[in-house]
Order: sequence, then C-alpha cells, then structure tokens
Amino acid sequence: MKQLSIILIATFLNVGTIFSQERSLPNIDVKTLDGATFNIQDLENENNPIVISFWATWCKPCKKELNNIAEIYEDWQDETGVKVVAISIDDTRSMSKVAPYVNSSDWEYEIYLDSNSDLKRALGVSSVPHTFLINSEGKIVWQHKGYIDGDEDELYEQIQAISK
Amino acid sequence: MKNISLGFILFFLSINIFAQNNGEIHGDFDLNMQSYIEDATINAVAADEVIRNNSFLNIIFTKNNFSAGLRYESYLNALLDYDDDFKGNGIPYRFATYSIEGLEVTAGNFYEQFGSGLIFRSYEEKGLGIDNAMDGIRLKYKLLKGISLKTFIGKSRTYFTYADGIFRGIDGEIDLNETLELQSKTRYIFGGSFISRYQQRNNPVFELPQNVGLYAGRLNIINGGWNYYGEYAYKINDPVNSIQEDAVNYASGNAFTSSLTFSKKGFGITGEIHRADNMLLLSDRDRIGKAYIMNYIPTLSKPHAYTLLALYPCATQAMGELGVQLDIFYKIKKGSLLGGKYGTKLNLNFSRINGLKGGTSILNDNVNFTPEILSFNEELYYSDINLEVNKKVNKRIRYNFVIANQTYNKDFLEGKTPGEYGVINSTIGVLDLSYKIKKGHTLRMEVQTLIAKQLETASKKEEGDWVMALAEYTISPNWFFTIQDMYNYGNDDESKRLHYININFGFLKGANRFSIGYGKKREGIFCVGGVCKLVPSSNGLNLNITSSF
Repeated sequence: MKQLSIILIATFLNVGTIFSQERSLPNIDVKTLDGATFNIQDLENENNPIVISFWATWCKPCKKELNNIAEIYEDWQDETGVKVVAISIDDTRSMSKVAPYVNSSDWEYEIYLDSNSDLKRALGVSSVPHTFLINSEGKIVWQHKGYIDGDEDELYEQIQAISK
Repeated sequence: MKNISLGFILFFLSINIFAQNNGEIHGDFDLNMQSYIEDATINAVAADEVIRNNSFLNIIFTKNNFSAGLRYESYLNALLDYDDDFKGNGIPYRFATYSIEGLEVTAGNFYEQFGSGLIFRSYEEKGLGIDNAMDGIRLKYKLLKGISLKTFIGKSRTYFTYADGIFRGIDGEIDLNETLELQSKTRYIFGGSFISRYQQRNNPVFELPQNVGLYAGRLNIINGGWNYYGEYAYKINDPVNSIQEDAVNYASGNAFTSSLTFSKKGFGITGEIHRADNMLLLSDRDRIGKAYIMNYIPTLSKPHAYTLLALYPCATQAMGELGVQLDIFYKIKKGSLLGGKYGTKLNLNFSRINGLKGGTSILNDNVNFTPEILSFNEELYYSDINLEVNKKVNKRIRYNFVIANQTYNKDFLEGKTPGEYGVINSTIGVLDLSYKIKKGHTLRMEVQTLIAKQLETASKKEEGDWVMALAEYTISPNWFFTIQDMYNYGNDDESKRLHYININFGFLKGANRFSIGYGKKREGIFCVGGVCKLVPSSNGLNLNITSSF
C-alpha cells in the first residue's frame, strides 16, 4: 500500500512536470501560396506574439473570425506588434479557392496551406476554427476552439497579456 | 507484484527523463453520444442499446525530432450513421517518426497523399466515418534543395482491421527555382508519382493482374497572382473478380485535373476542369464501399455550409464524369454606393458535372469502348449556380445572402431505376443575419427556403419544398444556444409535411467544448469532398465533448 502511494505520488509529480510545460510548434512543413515549402517552426515575428488560426474556405465561423479580426488588425499590430497566421486546411477540392478568397477579402495575414492536415493533426485540431497564441519564445500559451461573435476581444486580451 | 511496481517506477522515471529534456505530451479528445428513440413519423428506429457512442483520444509525444503517438477509439456501439463494422474498442492508430538530416522515417500508421490525390490518398474524415490510414513504413527525403522524395509500403485500414491489398508508392517533386537557384519571378514545380497494389489472384477462370500499377504527373506554375495546376493520372487494367466474361473489364483508367487561378486585391477568379474514366482504386478488388476507396477525385462543386443548399449534394463518379467549375470573388470597395461603409463581398460560383459520352471505358472479349475525351452535352449529373453576398451594414448588423439553382440527377447519383425520381431542380434562398445586441452578445437568424421541381413523368414523388428557420444566441466567450426548425411543407404526401426541430446548447472555454442537443434528423445524404454517406433519420438526445491539450 505504501509502495502504491509512492508510485502514485511519483506519477502525479511526473505527469505534472510534463503537462505544465509550455508547448512548442511541431516540425511540420506547410506550403505558402506561391508554392514554396515552409517549416512551421520557422515562424517568427521579432519576439512579438503570433496568432495561428486554422480555417477553411467552406467554414463560416472561421471566415467570420478572420474577417472580424481583419477590420481591427491594423490597430492590433500598432499596439502589440502581433502577427496573424491563417492556416487553411482546404484539401484538393477547394485549395484553388484559397488565394482568390484571401486576396479578394483584403486579408493582410500570412497564409499557409496544410492540405493533407499534417499540421492540424500534430496540433490536435479536431475541427475548425481553432486558434493558438504563440509567445515571444515560440511557445503556445493559449488556445481556443470554435468562434462566436466577440471572441476576438478575449483573444486580444490574451495577446496584450503577453506582449511587451 | 513487486516486478510490476518496479516496471511502473521505471516507466515513470523514463518519462521524467524525457520531461527534463523538454519532451512534450499533447493530444485531443472527442466524445459523441446519441440516444435513439423510435419515431414512426420520420422512420426513425430506436437503438437496442438506447445510447450509442463514438469516442477517441489522440496522444502525441514529441521530443526534438522524434514523435510518437496513438489513438484509442471506442465505438460502443457506433452511431447509426457509421458503418456497423466500427465496433468495439482498440488502438487502431499508432506511429513513431523521427527526422535527421533531411530524412524522415515513420513506422506504423500514417496518412499520405500524392499530388492532388488522383492515384492515392490515405486520410481520415471523422464526419464521414472514413479512416483509411496506412500501416507500414514511410520514408521522406530531401535530396537536394528543392527536390523531395517520398516512398512507402503498407496496408490500409478498414474499420478495426486491414484490407487485403498491399500498397507500394513513390513520389518525387522538384521545385526548379530552388534547385537551379533561378531568379525568375515564375515558379515551376514538377512532380511524379507511382503506386502499385498487390493482391493475390484467386479467380478460377481469368488470370487477373496481381499487381495493379498507377502513375501520375503534375505541374504547377505560379507567377504573382497567377497559379496553374495540372495533373494527369493513369491506371493499368484492374478487372473485378468475376467469372462472367462480360463483367470482367480489362480497360485501363485515366483522369486529369486542371485549374487556373488569378487574384489581386479585391478580386479573384478560379476556373477548373476535371475528368475521370474508370479511375476507382480500391484497397480490395472484391469489396465495394467508401471504406475501401484509396484515391481522391473531389467533386467539382462548391462545398455548401447552409443546410438547404446542401440538401442535394453531389457525389463524385470516379468511374466516369466530366466536371467544370468557375468561381469569381469580388469585393465592392468601401465608400462606394453598393459597398457602403465596410465594403460588400460577392462570390459567384458555377459548376456542372456530366457523364462521359457512351459511358466509362470497357474492354473485354465482347466490348471494346473508349469514350471521347471532352463531351459536355451528355447526361447531366449535377449543376449548381449560386451567388453569395456578404455585407456588414453597420457596427451591429451583418448579413449573408445566397441565391442558388441546383439540378440533381437523383436516379443516377443515388442508383435508382431511370425514371423513378428523375432530375430534381431546386431554387434555394438563404438569408443569414447577425445582430450584435451588446458587447459579446449576438443574435443570429437564418431563414432558408428550397423550392423543388420534378419532372411530371417521374414515377415516385420527391419530398418537394422546404423552409428552414434558425435562431442562435451567443454570449462570447463561453455560451451558445440554437434552435432550428426544418419544415417539409411542400411534400405531396400530407402525412409527411413534418417539422424537424432541433435545439442545441453549448459551453466553450479555451480548448474545451461541451454541447448538448435534442431533436429530429432527416434521412439524407451527407458528403465531404464528394464522398458521401447515408444518414438515417433519427430522434434523440446527443452529447458532444471535445477537448485539446
């Protein structure tokens, strides 16, 4: 019994160590809109926060989220230096609509294509939209599933909390 | 007992060692439970189990360039819209992968796609109940700057087991600009791939090929706002396992896809064409069904998110179809008459899919037929023309308006007898209006209507006209509440003029999402990417929990 308790304590201590750690971006390649390969670990924003948002051209709440942020993106950038990275999970069916949609919508985000869902899987994204916040050390410090109107305010509070 | 404890201690000690070196464990969890009660009015049946369950937990361990993971899946028993063969618990997905100096090695399960997927795609789509993950060995190697190679060998998953065929594949891609360090503004990417399936021959009459090969070549040219993608694929003969002469088809298969895109600030256009002839690749030549399909020819139509726009969805005909699609995106500038204060977004989409002239390629002792390459005037399978207008009126009000006309060849796409239902033509209107009440509080309303026309000559009546209304109240960042009703007011059979009411209530916080709903679901076809499943009608309570850590 005593042995068991020791093991249990040891277990929780150990599991605690692992889970409490900040999370890094995985070593996964995605594509840029102009066809180049890009490793997501190479994301950088001069030590300012980065928002990664998973979306698709067929996903209404995703487009709502990114369109709403687009309207206030300049203010966000001026105040916190944040950069928004939008990762499309459109597959072969709708991939060719990503660039026309993004450009016609005037989005100023960095756009990547994850058409085989490799990055989506590695980050445990089961549905879109799914948003991650990355701090100056490149660690994921916050994440959010889904989008309802007004969620960008909460995201911005989180950005402000980690920006210098 | 002592040994077991020792084992545990060692195990956790080892995790601790990993932890000190910044190993990380992450994953996601999904639980879907549904109760089924009988409802004779909509042909919904009760489940013997009362409650059914689909759940999974993904765990991924990562340390530097090493990662390993597994997925525990539980179907006790699977929801009624899943195939019955998803049964029980297990760990059907586990892998280990590492990369060093440009070489990536994966052992166990992996998902892979070559090019656009015409000859091979292994993927998962939970919504459809598809998971044809490979189990085997995969290598990826970055040979030189801009040159990458992928190769694998493995068997594909079907439910909790593996299909008969063994797949071998190799794919290479070269980005000329990177390899030759060209300074050109135009980027050229070439790719080629080869797949081979081995399945033992067991036909007493015909000598079927045991190894079936497929190859494909692709080209991508990108210059500023222009982007061209083209791919051609070929499959050698892959006859079905029959002892009847006229059922054995020795014809080869082929497919191509081609898209041209141009976009600039405020404007975008995409034109696409594809054709498939005798191009179905199965993981077992003796089986049929979506669980065995190993290539991906997505349907060339817009994936609609609104219910009534997706009431009659198009399924890809890999055995023979020709499709075209055009999309135009335009944003009317801010400050103009039509643009208003925030601008107005328009998306016009047109798609049309028809059969091949005379049908698919056939070659046996009695028939030898190859259809023409391009023929646009053949039996129509599906067409859709739609316009979407997206506008923010002021700080509080925003709307999305869609008008569409769709033609759906029900007899062909659902395998009915010709003349049974014929072709359904529907005109659909959707208005989706959001009103911001105060900070964080939003009321959203949808009104949708579908007016269906059917040929007088059809022997069976389709469901007719529909109307749908939805109201959703959300409180950011945590709460949502939705109520919707779909009403089949135009059904010829008065006893089937039914309401399908659904209510949903949910709570979201960070990476967790809980929702609970109650209502009736209509029997229908649900598709993702042109792959479809039949969803039976149901009545009951559902609980969904998703979480990511």
